[in-house]
Amino acid sequence: MGGAALGRYVVRRLLQTVPVVLGVVILNFLLLQLAPGDLATVLAGEAGGAPKEYIDQLRQRFGQDQPVLVQLFNYLRNLAVLDLGYSFRQSAPVLNLLLARLWPTLLLMGSTLLVSLSLGVCMGLLAALWVRTWKDHVISVAAIIFYATPLFWIGLMLILVFSIKLGWFPTSGMEDVVAFNEGFARVVDIARHLVLPTVTLSMFYLALYARLMRASMLEQRGLDYVTTARAKGIPERTIVVRHVFRNALLPVVTMAGIQFGSLLGGSVVVESVFAWPGLGQLAYQSLFARDFNLLLGIFFLSACLVVIVNLLVDLIYVLLDPRIRIG
Amino acid sequence: MKTFWQRFLSNPRVIIGLIWLGAVILVAIFADVLTPRDPFAIVGAPFAPPGSALWLGTDSLGRDVLAGLAHGARTTLLIAVLSTLAALAFGTLVGAIAGYYGRAVDDVLMRTTEFFQTIPSFLFAIVLIAILSPSAMNLVIAISVVSWPPITRVVRAEVLSVKSREFVQAAVVAGQRDHAILLTQVLPNTLSPLIVTGSLLVATAILIESALSFLGLGAPNQMSWGFMIGAGRSFLRDAWWLVTIPGVAILLTVLSINLIGEGLNDALNPRLADL
Repeated sequence: MGGAALGRYVVRRLLQTVPVVLGVVILNFLLLQLAPGDLATVLAGEAGGAPKEYIDQLRQRFGQDQPVLVQLFNYLRNLAVLDLGYSFRQSAPVLNLLLARLWPTLLLMGSTLLVSLSLGVCMGLLAALWVRTWKDHVISVAAIIFYATPLFWIGLMLILVFSIKLGWFPTSGMEDVVAFNEGFARVVDIARHLVLPTVTLSMFYLALYARLMRASMLEQRGLDYVTTARAKGIPERTIVVRHVFRNALLPVVTMAGIQFGSLLGGSVVVESVFAWPGLGQLAYQSLFARDFNLLLGIFFLSACLVVIVNLLVDLIYVLLDPRIRIG
Repeated sequence: MKTFWQRFLSNPRVIIGLIWLGAVILVAIFADVLTPRDPFAIVGAPFAPPGSALWLGTDSLGRDVLAGLAHGARTTLLIAVLSTLAALAFGTLVGAIAGYYGRAVDDVLMRTTEFFQTIPSFLFAIVLIAILSPSAMNLVIAISVVSWPPITRVVRAEVLSVKSREFVQAAVVAGQRDHAILLTQVLPNTLSPLIVTGSLLVATAILIESALSFLGLGAPNQMSWGFMIGAGRSFLRDAWWLVTIPGVAILLTVLSINLIGEGLNDALNPRLADL
């Protein structure tokens, strides 16, 4: 395929994401309208009460005296230049707060994707090769149990065993801030803090991918092209590695893309368990501060991340499977 | 050919699931008889370990963990079942209309469904509850709002495969109205995948409900398993049972529902069972 064709494909997929992003923005706006009390009353309440004229003045300043459609238009116009509003709790623009918290979350997502995909694919592959033996049963039962485990609970259990009882890993945070580590020492420190949150968040997805990979392998192995390959005298190992495995991987990659949104949701829980300073913890904090601008900003950014990841998955798909035409 | 019930009940995993889930349902129904006291009542010294006068010990305020577990079963199951029923009703309606009418209606409805599948659902549930304020009703709303899309997809796919069959065409020719055809001819044929998806959704709903309660967004003044874990997490170092016991209860209940759901799937689709 030519580079130009790939470029056109990317542009077309980007255009397809516009309605989704627009939908999230409108949803956000509607939710803000639903929220009890507008910003003016909240600010006035915090100041210990204010005269009605002052509240009206505030509303005028925030544009809240305008008709709803005008407010929606203003909201869209602000978002178009990435103005996500101002967090009056944290006294900072929402965008700055989000960007400061983005990379810890991306780090956690990245390590979780890596662990859950690689281990899940391996487990599924092995279970399929050992189908209906005791090893297959052990892997399948483990996957069923991981699949049913609440994330926040297994996180606390891991803290109990590996941090409190054994003292192997730190209980919370992303790095030891008072140690003032630099360079490689800082990387090691962050990696040590990353282990438990990653394991916690990986377990559910690991189980999901392992089960999918197993089913997908077994399905592919029964197809005609495998019989053909066998008839041609290709060794079993080559059939599995070069043919079955590559085809079986496709649904797993699709699933990983679909699950990215739920992975972000899971990170809210895991980050609040491990005090991991990412978007999820910020969401947890903004929840109880009733900081809706910030909360909806996080929701918007997460939705954008999901859209971007889905786009990437589609591109990976094209690269993995040359049969998929992108014209 | 064995019957559905023979296939379903000869599966050992299903039996294990049914035993545990049956026990939890009984405890939930008879919570007031088993532990007549209010689960929020203080019954003894705080941090009594399990095995003392009270079977499962007490929490940081001296509340009975066993009573909390029994009443928590009721809250968690009730919210999970109600939200699944709401999601089933809404998802079936949307899926049936999309599949039956096709064309533009189908396009609009399925794009909307995809939209709700794309946005991060747990985060959306959090945002909804934060804005609507936490209550049992709003929990049901939030959980069902994030769990209806898979139902819609299942129902739509089934309706698409059924609607061109002769018996549906016969009903059209006989002059049956659209809603009657949908209700009496098409939907009964979508029942088996619906039952499987619905049963697995209850498990997901329990996980969402307990995660929300854990974060402090649960129904206020209702004991629930997630709330117990959230309240116990500060005392993890000294009172491990406060977190461990309700967590095991969630794990086993979700597990048994998944086992039953998979057993249903295997028994309803015997050809796929050995995959």
